[in-house]
Amino acid sequence: MRTLRDVKVGQSCKVVGLGGGGAIKRRIMDMGITKNARIHVRKVAPLGDPIEVTVRGYELSLRKDEAQNVKVELEE
Amino acid sequence: MAEKTYIGLAGNPNCGKTTLFNELTGSNGYVGNWPGVTVEKKQAEWKADKSVTFVDLPGIYSLSPYSPEEVVSRDYLVNEKPDAIIDLIDVTNLERNLYLTTQVLEAGRPTVIGLNMCDLLKERGDVIDVSALSERLGAPVVEVSALHNKNLKGLVEKAVEAARGGRANGGTRCFSPEVEDALEAISALVEGSCAPELVRWYSIKVFERDAEAIRPLGLSAEALGKAEAAIKAVEEERDDDAESIVTSDRYDWIADVMEACVKKAPKKLTTSEKIDRVVTNRIAGLPIFVAVMIAVYWFALVAVGTPATDWVNDNLFSDGFFVNAASAAQFDEDDAAWQDMHYADQISGYIAAAEEAGVDTDGVEDAIDATDRTADDDATIAAFEQAAEAAGVVATDVPVTDSDGNYVDTDGGIVTRLDEDGNPVLAASQELEVLPTVTAADFATAVDTPEPDQHDYEGWVDSIPTAATDALEAAGASPMVESLVVDGVIGGVGSVLGFIPQIFVLFIALCFLEDCGYMSRVAFVMDRLFRRFGLSGKSFIPMIVSSGCGVPGVLSTKTIENERDRRMTAMLTTMIPCSAKLPIIALVMGVLVGADNGAWWVAPMFYFMGIVAIIISAVMLKKTKPFEGEPVPFVMELPDYHFPAIRSWALHVWERVSAYVKKAGTIIFAAAVGIWVLSNFGIAGWEGGTGAFGFLPGMEGAPETYMDYSVLAGVGGALSFLFAPLGFGNWMATASTISALIAKENLVSTFGVLYGIGSDASENSVTMWQGFASMFTVGGTLHAGAMCAFVAFNMLCAPCFAAMGTIRRQMDSAKWTAFAIGYECVFGWVIGLLINQLYELVAFGSFGFWTVVAFVLLAAMLFQIFRPTPKWDKKDDKILESLDGQVA
Repeated sequence: MRTLRDVKVGQSCKVVGLGGGGAIKRRIMDMGITKNARIHVRKVAPLGDPIEVTVRGYELSLRKDEAQNVKVELEE
Repeated sequence: MAEKTYIGLAGNPNCGKTTLFNELTGSNGYVGNWPGVTVEKKQAEWKADKSVTFVDLPGIYSLSPYSPEEVVSRDYLVNEKPDAIIDLIDVTNLERNLYLTTQVLEAGRPTVIGLNMCDLLKERGDVIDVSALSERLGAPVVEVSALHNKNLKGLVEKAVEAARGGRANGGTRCFSPEVEDALEAISALVEGSCAPELVRWYSIKVFERDAEAIRPLGLSAEALGKAEAAIKAVEEERDDDAESIVTSDRYDWIADVMEACVKKAPKKLTTSEKIDRVVTNRIAGLPIFVAVMIAVYWFALVAVGTPATDWVNDNLFSDGFFVNAASAAQFDEDDAAWQDMHYADQISGYIAAAEEAGVDTDGVEDAIDATDRTADDDATIAAFEQAAEAAGVVATDVPVTDSDGNYVDTDGGIVTRLDEDGNPVLAASQELEVLPTVTAADFATAVDTPEPDQHDYEGWVDSIPTAATDALEAAGASPMVESLVVDGVIGGVGSVLGFIPQIFVLFIALCFLEDCGYMSRVAFVMDRLFRRFGLSGKSFIPMIVSSGCGVPGVLSTKTIENERDRRMTAMLTTMIPCSAKLPIIALVMGVLVGADNGAWWVAPMFYFMGIVAIIISAVMLKKTKPFEGEPVPFVMELPDYHFPAIRSWALHVWERVSAYVKKAGTIIFAAAVGIWVLSNFGIAGWEGGTGAFGFLPGMEGAPETYMDYSVLAGVGGALSFLFAPLGFGNWMATASTISALIAKENLVSTFGVLYGIGSDASENSVTMWQGFASMFTVGGTLHAGAMCAFVAFNMLCAPCFAAMGTIRRQMDSAKWTAFAIGYECVFGWVIGLLINQLYELVAFGSFGFWTVVAFVLLAAMLFQIFRPTPKWDKKDDKILESLDGQVA
């Protein structure tokens, strides 16, 4: 299954599910990454991690380890 | 109006809540922490009506049970029951802001919603149907602009009205039908165990299986079993866990509301996005970050902050200052001319030559140095001049000294070695700079040319201590009162006030970075590096700041969003050498390498030591109980850039500075007076002393070195055994360390006093270096390890009282403060022990009990650094797997 970690800069995707649990999962969802949300990957930090995405009309940064818990399918 | 009305302000971070709070209250209220956490609590009255009090809740995205900010907020809403809630929403980010709103509306309090930043929205071209939104949310909605103070009064009036009406908001029906059905079933179970307006709140918490939230309900196992069955049914139908279902449903409902109430204009690239493309660019991001940090450092520490603080310390609390520049320039010129003539060297050289020629020189030097020469003094000098002239005394090759009292060579360098009698020892190709001859006439001129005195120039203002001394003397106060006021009280207040300009300037810079949105990008850029050590990307800023001063360094940990990182950074950041520690470094550098300019690497080495100390401490502490736990999520909003409003920026700065003065000031003040008592009181045990306990400098026949008999010396002696393994187990080293707690640079002056060199001797004086070296010299061998251990301990152990007071203010917990200070001292001690013992082993081959201890401690440290992070109980899981029987 493809995760948000694998999405390249400039690509968009749709959330199909969330893995993990506890504080990290809740936090990711609280910030608007829920099932069916659309995510656009904006950029990667200079040191290669974390990444910056646009979700629900604002900019959000999350680490690649955290992005791995977000299952997505690519969109055109 | 007698009744007090409490209104809670809730909202997302960066939604303009702080600006709103400041506009409403003028920011003159109570600033403290929520109980037990490092989260700030602010409370103040409304400017327009003092019976209305606002409580500013921390900026949060949700009311989940995971972060202290969220927990204090929901506890406040549900348990303390404010009369009303104002939920402020940033409309440029409506979708995510409404997510918190759906939760706040469930808390059973009358709620009014403020739509902030509507002007920005109009610029963008989006339109919101306010009445439709109000209808959907079931709560009054008011359009406001906190920044331009627009309609804020209307917002508060609506809230007060709602509070009077007391009609709790029912919450929205935002969940899908199957969840609503389950909630209905659960509310039947919850009813009766809580206030009626909270039934929906608690039903949802039961549905989410939020263990902490539903504990007060005390539900029976039977009720929980029934609830669990209802939850399971929904989970199976939706193939997801309850918590996720609740969250998704909220967002889905919001998406619906957005569709119905908001008309979006086509999206353009905003200025903020254009800026962000550049500043966090993959290639340019790091250089820009470094440039911004250098700019902050330069502005806050080099260009404005430190000079301002130095000005306050030197002028208001030390010498005094000129109010007119012409006098200042004139004085500097005269003083330089006087220095150039080396009158003092001429006088001492001539007297020495006269003594050698057999002329009586008794009392001559004292007579010349007397501040107001009496007729007797003049007679002594005249008699000496006659006798010397009669004997035909002419001094030849009189050595010249610089302002630090060091001998100077012909190349303008200084002589870095002295023999036992204090005479210069020259290096091979070195030649002493001398005055060829000093005749009787030269001597007479030198005696009659006094050192320029600032008081003789126009526009000289005495410093506060000098003025206070004069005033007290004029009023006939006793020497003890004078010393208490001048050295204790003014010294203590001075150490608080002296930092204010620097803190002020620093916060101008930091609040700007924070308010304009760059601070989040700092974390974004630096996260990868700092995460390895268990710190946050934002820990970088306090460390940079601490290299100037630890006080603002600790204060700037405020910007770190996670509590564990905040505590850890506040604990460790003072290990970076601050500017007050530089004289200590200069002192040890002088001893080790003289004034050799090739030894530029010594000072950076101490910074390096500070950084390494922080890193290994962070790695070790991360694996201990207080800092245990899962890695903190870094799911963080990157807010839009905007230029902060001057007013709110200024209030933000003022708030930080006044909080420092109030909280840290009292502690520093008490500590300064405490140290004054320790160092000035004692038993008069010197030859001819009375043997009584009392104020030493005021006693008959008290020697210059009265501090040797003080309580401080006693305490130093009693504690010195602690430092014996570190190689500096003498009371003087210990006493200097204690007095350095007032301000680290005091170490040098106290040391000067204790060694009889005088408190004016500076860290650049060769005499001082030799005195310092002699403390670590046993049997003619300098124990450099012990000396480095002494300096390392002083660098790493508890910082000055000002910084300790700030840590106390930041932690807002006596336990955590004690832990922080205790850790710093123990860590400094261990590092000192390692340095001394390993040096002794390598350099002198000495091996003993403490060598073994040092190796054991080293092994323990290495173990703690390299062992894998232990698996802690998953206490983070505040959501239960299943309700059955677990809460009863």
